[in-house]
Amino acid sequence: MKLGFSREDELFRQECADWLNGQMAGEFRDIKGVTKLTGSPQRRKEWEQQLAAHRWSCIGWPEQWGGRNATLSQQVIFAEEYARAGVPGRVNHIGIELAGPTILTFGTEEQKQRFLPDIAAGKTIFCQGFSEPNAGSDLAGVRTKARLEDGEWVVNGQKIWTSLAHISDWIFVVTRTEEGSQGPKGLSFLMMPIDQPGIEIRGIRQINGDAEFNETFFTDARCPADSLIGAVGDGWKIAMGLLAFERGVSTLGQQMGFRNELDEIIAAAKANGAAQNPLIRQRIARAEIGLRLMRYGALRMLSQTDNSRMDGAALTYKIQWATWRRSLGELAMDVLGQEGEISPYSEYEWDTLPNLFLFSRADTIYGGTNQIQRNLIAERGLGLPREPRWTS
Amino acid sequence: MEFAFSDEQQMIAETAQAFFTQNATSTRTRAAMAGDGIDRDLWRYFCQDLGFAGIAIGEDLGGAGLGLVELAIIAEAAGAQVAALPMLGSLLQVAPAIAAGGSDAQQAEWLPALLSGETIAAYVEVSDLRVEGQLLTGTSRFVTHGAAADLLLVTNGEGAWLVRADTPGVTVTTQTSLDQTRPFARVELDQVAAEALADPAGGLACAYRTALVGIAAEALGGAQSCLDRTVDYSKERIQFGRPIGSFQAYKHRLADMMIEIEQARSAVYWAACALDEEAPDAPLALHAAKSFATDTYFRCAGDMIQLHGGIGFTWEHDAHLFFKRARSLQTMLGNGDWHRERIASMILGEAA
Ligand SMILES: Cc1cc2nc3c(=O)[nH]c(=O)nc-3n(C[C@H](O)[C@H](O)[C@H](O)COP(=O)(O)OP(=O)(O)OC[C@H]3O[C@@H](n4cnc5c(N)ncnc54)[C@H](O)[C@@H]3O)c2cc1C
Repeated sequence: MKLGFSREDELFRQECADWLNGQMAGEFRDIKGVTKLTGSPQRRKEWEQQLAAHRWSCIGWPEQWGGRNATLSQQVIFAEEYARAGVPGRVNHIGIELAGPTILTFGTEEQKQRFLPDIAAGKTIFCQGFSEPNAGSDLAGVRTKARLEDGEWVVNGQKIWTSLAHISDWIFVVTRTEEGSQGPKGLSFLMMPIDQPGIEIRGIRQINGDAEFNETFFTDARCPADSLIGAVGDGWKIAMGLLAFERGVSTLGQQMGFRNELDEIIAAAKANGAAQNPLIRQRIARAEIGLRLMRYGALRMLSQTDNSRMDGAALTYKIQWATWRRSLGELAMDVLGQEGEISPYSEYEWDTLPNLFLFSRADTIYGGTNQIQRNLIAERGLGLPREPRWTS
Repeated sequence: MEFAFSDEQQMIAETAQAFFTQNATSTRTRAAMAGDGIDRDLWRYFCQDLGFAGIAIGEDLGGAGLGLVELAIIAEAAGAQVAALPMLGSLLQVAPAIAAGGSDAQQAEWLPALLSGETIAAYVEVSDLRVEGQLLTGTSRFVTHGAAADLLLVTNGEGAWLVRADTPGVTVTTQTSLDQTRPFARVELDQVAAEALADPAGGLACAYRTALVGIAAEALGGAQSCLDRTVDYSKERIQFGRPIGSFQAYKHRLADMMIEIEQARSAVYWAACALDEEAPDAPLALHAAKSFATDTYFRCAGDMIQLHGGIGFTWEHDAHLFFKRARSLQTMLGNGDWHRERIASMILGEAA
């Protein structure tokens, strides 16, 4: 067991920091510190391309696909330095963290060739078309249909809550390819170009006033037959495999974002005197402890991916960070007091801390709600009897 | 960076777990509870045959020369069985204090007997200790396994002294204690002749670190046992025609226990590893581990009783052994609020 990094790793850290800080002080100075997912989309696509041009886009991927074959320690270091430098989140995070690894794992050679270099280069921004009006927690309830016609898949139906669909180039969708099938059987996993007459996107406004997610309608939408990943009917297996990628190294970068949020709360508490309140002090200490434990939990998770006990422990990560962040939002507002309820803008728009308070209510919903996480932990982590579900 | 057990550490963990599971049985622990809270055979075997007693003490001093990670591994395994051993006072407080702060002569005199288990030592903290030359006067009511101790390490937080328990002027009285596997004694010193520890600051700091890591690790082991045993029960016990573990409200409580425990595990090994590597965040880690792991243990032990129903409230069932140990670990060496306030002052400055 060892927490320290080697000298080589520390040199690598310096290299990352130098390059990232150089970019944020130079050509990309205008996007430094942008936190909203929807902020400056065009410039951030250019930033993706800049990362790729210097092979910093997907450093954990094989060199063949634009990566660096980076070691785990190097990936950890890059994620930390990335956030430390105040670089905005990756607009293509769904492509890099979900679509890419899915294609790497389940795709054909030809599909890798077609998609991976463009994902790494920020040329293909992906969004995720899983949820439907009648299929949320119960993903196996999807009804969107696809049929093969003249060498193309023809898709009809509707997805919902599709984050960033309005700035994406491609969408991956779970569709029903077997007529009359139910539940997890008969589903397939398709990659579709968004810019076509059969796909329509309508924004949905969220509680913080933003419109990050969308309704996505498919009316005879089309994609080539070889856009299907895996085999026909493998959709469920691939969707589940994809969800496991969400627990990757990117979590460490996400934590650095949390660090910045907690630091802002600490600064606010010191400035307005809340830092003298013993109850607030306890909550700040708890938040600090929770954040540190997230880091060491993630390092444990990443250090031993093949250990079976750890597989169970890794299941606890999503609910842990989501619940922590939701409490952080509440702490932020309690530190701010009523000041937190007034915005300096004339539009319904919020600065970081009130926005954290509002947005963090979604953290415990998307990517599997807290209740669904508890079901997973109990069933897969502890071997308890399964909830009633689809049978076929 | 590799935040996982090495093969050697994995082996130590397996050996220690097997040892405590096989030997620190409920029957034996209960026999010890009826006496002075020590299972003597277990203690002898642990110290002499297993060779883990001096795990984090240097080889030149008769220990195994390993670190706090290995010590945490052993304490976790002992805690999982609520083993009735004087480990806290003897091996997590007094032996480290002498190893780090004793003179050569003090080390030679005490360490071999402490590590072999022949001598049992207790840690006696007296905030208003009266010191007249080498004579000590004062009382502590919270000396763990004090009634069984041959050697006392007396401290007022600054100085530290070694006192044989049979020195004239020492009176030790057993207290009826909530946790009978680690009973408290009242120790009164009336003008007792004592020998000063050569380097009290170094000795006390080492005892403090070791004890907090050990307590946190013990809490982790205990919490995990509460979960494991409740999961087993939930699969056997049938109500409404199905296992109680199939009810979602029940499952979710078990899931919540696991979420807390996995964080406690990160906390314990982060602290142990950071101390071994002398990382700058080690002091914060120590406060985090102590507060988080012991609070987790208490919560899990309480849930264990609730999720067992009536049987969990009986003397016969082991749930209360965990519950009582959890409570005593929570208050030992500063409760959660106290440790969190230390963290708050590290990041916010002292309160006005
Ligand atoms: C900000 C945001 C972004 C999103 N982005 C995307 C995206 O990009 N792509 C995408 O496909 N989806 C996205 N989603 C959708 C998200 O994955 C779903 O909202 C989520 O899975 C829950 O589904 P639902 O909204 O239909 O709620 P429901 O499934 O209807 O759940 C309603 C309530 O019932 C509870 N519940 C449901 N089933 C059970 C059960 N078995 N046991 C106990 N309780 C249960 C839930 O926990 C919840 O509290 C996003 C959602 C949000 C909020």
